[in-house]
Amino acid sequence: MAQETVLQVDNLKRYFDVSKPWLSRVLEGGGRQVVQAVDGVSFEISKGETFSLVGESGCGKSTVARLIVGLYPPTDGSIVFEGVSLSNPAERARHPEKQARMQMIFQDPYASLNPRWRVGDIIAEPIRFRKLLEGGAVKARVGELLEQVGLSARDAEKYPHEFSGGQRQRISIARALAGRPDFLVCDEPTSALDVSVQAQILNLMKELQASLNLTYLFISHNLAVVSHVSTKVGVMYLGRLVEWAETRTLFNRPKHPYTRMLLDAIPDLDMSGRARTPVAGEVPSPINPPSGCTFHTRCPFATERCRAEVPQALSVDGQNVACHAVEEGRLPEWRGLAA
Amino acid sequence: MVAQRLNAILDSDLWWSFTRSKVVVGAAIVTLLLFVAALIAPWISLQDPWDPGALQLINSRNPPVWIEGGTWEFPLGTDNQGRDMYSAILYGLRVSLVVGFLAVIFAMVLGILLGLASGYLGGMTDTVIMRVADVQLTFPAILIALLIGGIVRGVMTPADFEAVAVYVLVLSIGLSQWVQFARTVRGQTLVEKNKEYVQAARVIGLPARLIMLRHVLPNVMGPVLVIATINLAVAILTEATLSFLGVGVPATRPSLGTLIQIGNGFLFSGEWWIVIFPGITMAILVLAVNLLGDWLRDALNPKLR
Amino acid sequence: MTDRPNAPLLEVRSLRVEFETRRGPLVAIDDVSFSIAPGEVLGVVGESGAGKSLTGTAIIGLLEPPGRITAGEILLAGRRIDNLPYEAMRRIRGREVGAIFQDPLTSLNPLYRVSDQLIETIRTHLPMNEKEARARALQLLQEVGIPGAAERLDHYPHQFSGGMRQRVVIALALAAEPKLIIADEPTTALDVSIQAQIITLLKRLCREHGTAVMLITHDMGVIAETADRVAVMYAGRIAEIGPVRKVVQEPHHPYTVGLMGAIPNLGHDVAALTQIEGSMPRLNAIPPGCAFNPRCPKVFDRCRVDRPDPMPVGGSDVACWLYGEGR
Repeated sequence: MAQETVLQVDNLKRYFDVSKPWLSRVLEGGGRQVVQAVDGVSFEISKGETFSLVGESGCGKSTVARLIVGLYPPTDGSIVFEGVSLSNPAERARHPEKQARMQMIFQDPYASLNPRWRVGDIIAEPIRFRKLLEGGAVKARVGELLEQVGLSARDAEKYPHEFSGGQRQRISIARALAGRPDFLVCDEPTSALDVSVQAQILNLMKELQASLNLTYLFISHNLAVVSHVSTKVGVMYLGRLVEWAETRTLFNRPKHPYTRMLLDAIPDLDMSGRARTPVAGEVPSPINPPSGCTFHTRCPFATERCRAEVPQALSVDGQNVACHAVEEGRLPEWRGLAA
Repeated sequence: MVAQRLNAILDSDLWWSFTRSKVVVGAAIVTLLLFVAALIAPWISLQDPWDPGALQLINSRNPPVWIEGGTWEFPLGTDNQGRDMYSAILYGLRVSLVVGFLAVIFAMVLGILLGLASGYLGGMTDTVIMRVADVQLTFPAILIALLIGGIVRGVMTPADFEAVAVYVLVLSIGLSQWVQFARTVRGQTLVEKNKEYVQAARVIGLPARLIMLRHVLPNVMGPVLVIATINLAVAILTEATLSFLGVGVPATRPSLGTLIQIGNGFLFSGEWWIVIFPGITMAILVLAVNLLGDWLRDALNPKLR
Repeated sequence: MTDRPNAPLLEVRSLRVEFETRRGPLVAIDDVSFSIAPGEVLGVVGESGAGKSLTGTAIIGLLEPPGRITAGEILLAGRRIDNLPYEAMRRIRGREVGAIFQDPLTSLNPLYRVSDQLIETIRTHLPMNEKEARARALQLLQEVGIPGAAERLDHYPHQFSGGMRQRVVIALALAAEPKLIIADEPTTALDVSIQAQIITLLKRLCREHGTAVMLITHDMGVIAETADRVAVMYAGRIAEIGPVRKVVQEPHHPYTVGLMGAIPNLGHDVAALTQIEGSMPRLNAIPPGCAFNPRCPKVFDRCRVDRPDPMPVGGSDVACWLYGEGR
């Protein structure tokens, strides 16, 4: 199968100005403060893939998701979707048909549905807005969508508060599918759900992907979930992608010390008695990120070079890593999860 | 369908909290009675107090029926024009309520539109609207009303002015109230606009105008209704104050405030009924509306549940 | 208080918690019994709405109206604590039972220095003067692994990061050397890497101090790493309770089996996760018989009528008719 590229993101940056108001700055001193939420991220997603971004809170993974669907304009960098550049609001406004091809599923099923609207109207909104169908056909399509996500067509008459968290997430998915998109950005779609419900939603998403030939960008902090759903995984730390590769490769042969650290921190359900190495330190503030490789403050292999120079990503057998230790070949072999 | 709707209302938490408090039920009944009385005033009044031809000076300053000299023709006595106080109060209630409602609706619409724009669009729009609101807040409501009334009075002949007096009142009272609506709506909008359902609407591609009206507005209406109810009482009082000061509705079509002002002149000469009865009506109306507003505020506030 | 050896430190017997509503009482916890031995870690898992947090709240006497205990007993070291007046219960909280909650930010008062809060707690429960209490506060912060504890003692809560704040909360819970700690989702608000640190810390401290822990969480992984025994709760009742190894690796209750299969596991590649159809019933719609019966793949007639009580099965206690008489 020829790998058709759906999304191409190059050197994407987004800075947020978190300075105090002008008057306070003048009176109390202190300059502008900028959070580098996303600082030069590049990746590609091919048709039918699930590309996941993982990382701890504040690493910028949700910001990437919001940049791609256009909720924020990027500070710099380019977003090319199905061959069309959507790198700024003007380009997006010129290509509403492309915007319609991408949709988003949100984290909080309690906040992502308008509480005052009937479920049928919520799902029909993209259809009515784009005038895809009219009259009775809208209702029929809504019923079809509801059944596609495992609910009943009769549920269209109800309000969101009559549903459980998992059912609401199904409604969110139905709304996202209403405009027949082929690319879905899923921002932590299951992290607010219970495990048994999470399994339902993950299975549903996989089925839909297969039957509708969807491409996913999946954002999550849960490595186990990510390993289950993705074909490719990117690990983010403080606004940068530190490692990305095919899922199997990344989990079997993690190269970046941060990826290894995350894998080590996963609770062991098999109870093999594996001693977990608790990770040292905490994520530094993105306002004043450490110099050089931002991970050097927690990295056991950090050297002078790591403190001074930002590592560039290099590709080793399809695996991309931004780490000086890997480049210099002084990183020990990964002993594996079961060790 | 209707029965279903009715059932949903009778089953709702709001209705339940309503029936739990005797005071609130009482206030609602009193308010309703006063509204109905104002509505059907022409049919339950004894004379048309706005028709100069129906008034006879010979009947002026008659006492209420239970005092010597009083007759059933004028159960609550008459004022200095020979107006039956009972009928005048019913008609006055009409004026007070019309001015109050229109003023609040005007303030509400203006405040909601500016508040939504301010909160949702942010940036320069927000700064400009909120600074204007700040400036407006430094003037007392009465002063704004006096100012507008004064300007309109200056450019119009007295006869013309009399015809538009009610609308001038509505405009001036409404203008003095929009800030409160705008600020509340802005605050709520700031909360709602970061919720994911608004972001979902943006990803669908809806323009800001539609998102504000279809998504944000229905979700900020709760607090707006509370303010509207409480402000209705304030508007009625403001109208009465202005009429009392002589810059409100003309004396030929007196509101409750005008009646109180008229009666004020006779309080010390012994004709207390001219001021007391409109005063009591006013007090009951404002108290009842305020009680309803207080209840609504508590009932809609999830933190107090 | 009698100090019998092997006597349970905490014993909960047939606990029932109801919520009074205008449509009649809702039973949130129904006939829950378990015990915790001194120094033992009991994990309580369940999905949201299972009643696990409520059980913890009932034990420390912080149920808020309209919720109340309508039946059963709670015994701490052989003494009933569920019917104590507020003042007496307040003295037990902190002194004999410590609590750690999910959100470290709301468990600390933002207006007071960490030192003030620690010293206040220590002096409320232990006969110490200001200076001794301060020394103990410092020692506690060092014990929970806060770097530069001496300088950080006088900082305000907002000056700590999430993980560090949760360490302070643990220090606060340990301040009066309680025999039991109730930890309600202590790591849920934290990042994975920080979670591991906090779990390790909690385990170490409890081992060193011989503190028993009731660890309430929805995360089976955390339980598998930390607990000695596990209670799986569903719709206000205990579905299965037993040693952690038994419950995690040889679950008996169909709900536990489904729950374990629903968790994605790094080591195992599966095409689809096991899913339990439907969702937990709301409190006003708990089905008759076994509450799990509408979602259970192995349901049979008796499940729809009779409510099963936990019965011994292969080292655990399982509330399921699959293991009942005549099956």
